Amino acid sequence: MNPDIYVRGKTTFKMYEVALSEASETQLSEVNHKLALGLSMQEMQAVKAYFKTEGRNATDVELQTISQTWSEHCCHKTFRGKIRIGNKEISSLLKTYIAKATREINPPWCFSVFEDNAGIVKFDKGYGIAAKVETHNHPSAVEPFGGAATGVGGVIRDVLGVWADPIACTDVLGFGPLDYDYNKLPVGVKHPKYVYMGVTAGISAYGNNMGIPTVNGAIYFDDSYTGNVTVYCGCIGLLPLNKFRRNAQSNHIILLAGGKTGRDGIHGVTFASAELTEESEEVSRPAVQIADPIEEEKLKRGIIEVRDRELASAITDLGGGGLSSAVGETAEKFGCGVSVALDKVPLKYPGLAPWEIYISESQERMLLVVPPENLDLVMAVFEREDVEETAIGTLIDERRLHLAFRGETVADLDMEFLFDTCESTKTAVIETPRLAEPEFAEPENPSETLMQLLSEPNIASKEHVVRTYDHEVKGNTTLKPLQGKYAGPNDAAVLKPLDNSWKGLAVSCGMNPNYGKIDAYWMAASAIDEAVRNNLAVGGRRIALLDNFTWGNPEKPERLGSLVRACEACYDVATAFRTPFISGKDSLYNESPLGPVTPTLLITAVGIVPDVRSTVSMDLKEPGNLLYILGETYPELGGSEYYRLKGFLGKSVPKLHATKARRTYYNLTKAMGEGIIKSCHDLSEGGLAVAAAEMAFAGGYGLELDLRSVPNKSVARNDFMLFSESNSRFLLEVAEQDCSEFEELIRNKACAPIGKVTKGEKLLIRGLDGKVVVDAVLAELRRSWKKTLSMEVQGE
Amino acid sequence: MRREEIKVCVMRVGGTNCDAETQRAFQDLGVQAEVLHVNELVKQGNLLDYNVLVFPGGFSFGDYVRSGVIFARSLSVKLGKEIETFVDEGRPILGICNGFQILVEYGLLPGFEGVTAYPEATLTTNVPQGFKCQWIHLKNENKGKCPFTSKIPKGKVLRMPIAHGEGRFLFPVEKEQQMLQKLIDNDMMVFSYCDENGNVADGKYPTNPNGSFHDIAGICNREGTIFGLMPHPERAMYWWQQPDWTRQKQMAQYGDGKLVFESLIDHLTKKF
Repeated sequence: MNPDIYVRGKTTFKMYEVALSEASETQLSEVNHKLALGLSMQEMQAVKAYFKTEGRNATDVELQTISQTWSEHCCHKTFRGKIRIGNKEISSLLKTYIAKATREINPPWCFSVFEDNAGIVKFDKGYGIAAKVETHNHPSAVEPFGGAATGVGGVIRDVLGVWADPIACTDVLGFGPLDYDYNKLPVGVKHPKYVYMGVTAGISAYGNNMGIPTVNGAIYFDDSYTGNVTVYCGCIGLLPLNKFRRNAQSNHIILLAGGKTGRDGIHGVTFASAELTEESEEVSRPAVQIADPIEEEKLKRGIIEVRDRELASAITDLGGGGLSSAVGETAEKFGCGVSVALDKVPLKYPGLAPWEIYISESQERMLLVVPPENLDLVMAVFEREDVEETAIGTLIDERRLHLAFRGETVADLDMEFLFDTCESTKTAVIETPRLAEPEFAEPENPSETLMQLLSEPNIASKEHVVRTYDHEVKGNTTLKPLQGKYAGPNDAAVLKPLDNSWKGLAVSCGMNPNYGKIDAYWMAASAIDEAVRNNLAVGGRRIALLDNFTWGNPEKPERLGSLVRACEACYDVATAFRTPFISGKDSLYNESPLGPVTPTLLITAVGIVPDVRSTVSMDLKEPGNLLYILGETYPELGGSEYYRLKGFLGKSVPKLHATKARRTYYNLTKAMGEGIIKSCHDLSEGGLAVAAAEMAFAGGYGLELDLRSVPNKSVARNDFMLFSESNSRFLLEVAEQDCSEFEELIRNKACAPIGKVTKGEKLLIRGLDGKVVVDAVLAELRRSWKKTLSMEVQGE
Repeated sequence: MRREEIKVCVMRVGGTNCDAETQRAFQDLGVQAEVLHVNELVKQGNLLDYNVLVFPGGFSFGDYVRSGVIFARSLSVKLGKEIETFVDEGRPILGICNGFQILVEYGLLPGFEGVTAYPEATLTTNVPQGFKCQWIHLKNENKGKCPFTSKIPKGKVLRMPIAHGEGRFLFPVEKEQQMLQKLIDNDMMVFSYCDENGNVADGKYPTNPNGSFHDIAGICNREGTIFGLMPHPERAMYWWQQPDWTRQKQMAQYGDGKLVFESLIDHLTKKF
């Protein structure tokens, strides 16, 4: 190998050039590896060809810029690229399924979708709601606290990046079992308990410090998360739509505001687009950024004022890829070129090479584009907030990316070249796992099984974590994540964002990773149904969805195959429900020495509550009221918590009858509007029995139910009836005098009264033969539910 | 002084984050309330244009070192003179959560003998440890000195949420009984943690959510004009902020937090 391929640039500062034009394939591969570019050979060849045409060496700044811009994390090669599956070719998962659903539904209330950092829907009084959910899996695996905290910080900046004031955060987390055997833990994988403590602390630290309530979320435990912790951070923002600015043009100034730039977070995106290995700790620690929420809080104040005074023409956040993606993408979006002086970027400490400055992912930085005449005004705004801001360049007419350092050019790339090469073709196959339905006898004491289920980590109370998140700051959380005295689990949170409007915002989520082990299609369909169900349960309607995929390595055809299946479900269900996707994000390459992550689709749902005064909570309200079940129960226990408890996976994954469900939901919404539903809870993990128990112990009233009245399709066993996780089902509390009105509105054969709310302290359920199968004291149910993740059982 | 003439300054700095809802609570009661960055107040030199100074909740300067300490120190350098005048003239100062921490760190509370150069008490890490967001019960212990509770009968039980990780009020151990006696003798005790029936927590968790000495949740200075509390009255202003409003058939329009703001305004309209 010719070492002369690396040439020290004739500059006063440290810069290398790479002579690519005559490089062999081995040399290209070596350059790719040495500079940690993370490019494919096909891409390296394209880079070589480009510099050959330009007739010069490539600088390290240029190579790093290309690497960042073309990374999976920035340009989503898998979601935008071609996929061959059998003899079919899919041109782009995003366009073929996700965005297509939105385009076909085409609701008039979508303001901006799939365009910016966050999707925006219309709200009320001229305001819009922006929403975004991000994954921060890889950084959280290496440094749980910092990874999760910067995940929150990053998604908040995404929302600021569409001029929205962040008003709520969400977080959905996946961990390995907390009692994981230390001896089985491979080198380089942190124990789930350590990761769990760090991640939850990181989320709480960032959200609380910024004063943004964390209102909704979930925590799942699964073996496959041991090596691949899954961290989804979401943020909801509010903006006056007439203040939304996106009209930058050439000669406008590029202003960098916020924190200083350092070596933290170098190669974060290439790291996020690679598998985790034993060396990840050592190699990737610098790729995890350091969080400073107070810096972001100040930055937020400045940005909101700049927005309100209409001083800037565009904004974007610095996230993955740092300046390189923010600067490049901004210029690309407005059809311009850009010229930036990297030596103007304020540094944490001296000695950073130009390429490091350009791709550093130091946190709490935003990029604004400002017309020259407003520059002084904008700078004064940030100065008052004690935020550093620096003009680092300008947009130019010529379609080139021009970077300079101390007056010397360090990069000069054609924009078309830089943004035109994200084309890849991958192969997918659909594998059907060989699974069987387990055979086992009905438990003799279902009460005990119910207690055990309530203690299962995926069902157990998350109060211990939820209370460490401030869910009330800003004073606008009208339905809190934990309901009432006994902290029952509400299905969604409701916010009242505007002082002069009763309109509310319902935020919910759905995720069923266990179903994905059986069939990714039904896993995705169930996740959408669950998110929608949760939203409807509190009174939400006009629901918009966000999709977040956490998958394994898409180069492996069967992993990609399941991704395709999940996307198909997204299209099918979203169009059937008429719930558009407004934003999404994927995190692929989640593989560790313990294997791939179980395919996990998180669906976040944002709905409108026409009047927060009609919000419905999940706790039982009054003895004597009737309890209805809405929706049919099928013998669908594949992937259920009940099977998991018994040590099985099974095969009969819950299906979704979307068209039927949509009719049910429509009528449910009508009944909610009439105010005749006293409480409502969705049926999910643990099925009917768990939902009923939660409603009872949250309200402090008993229930007497009869399984014989439950509408079902050939469910012949009590345990299946109690614990089936069939989709599209709710439990509804209705006062006796409202029953006929309720039944008239619901008009559904799969809706039946199954019992009554009692003054008693017990949950009593009669089985299919009329005998009592569940007879449990509420306080004990509650204790079972609370003990698993709680340091202490409270309020007893 | 007429209600609409009252001017409230809600002071903020990097990391303050409960300013908007605090401002809203005052405005809703018909007084003027402005949120002002400390840099603005320094530049304009106009702190004394206001009748009330409020330090809202948040994490000023990230609460690095110790909650409230950096803001308190920088404030005494930047606006020390104005604050001294504010206190001397008996203009009310309110500190909520981080605001309470700031008042203690500044030496404004407890203020047995006026403002002190060093803090006489502390608000430290909760026991059990960790940030906690939860509704709790409070009892009004004040016999009438504190204008912030002038409309609240003594012994009345109120409900408000807490949201903090460092709210354990402590005196130096060797002086704690003596200082407690002073608090009681001078009617400086304002709120203590209790159960829903008004029984004192007696240090027991979770009724006393943070291990505060003598269940202290809020105190005022010797004159009663400076008041700090850990719970958030601004988050207990409206019925729809209550944790259990969906259970109630009839909800009072306002929550208990309103009583704090209303008491102060009532006091000001009568006094001045």
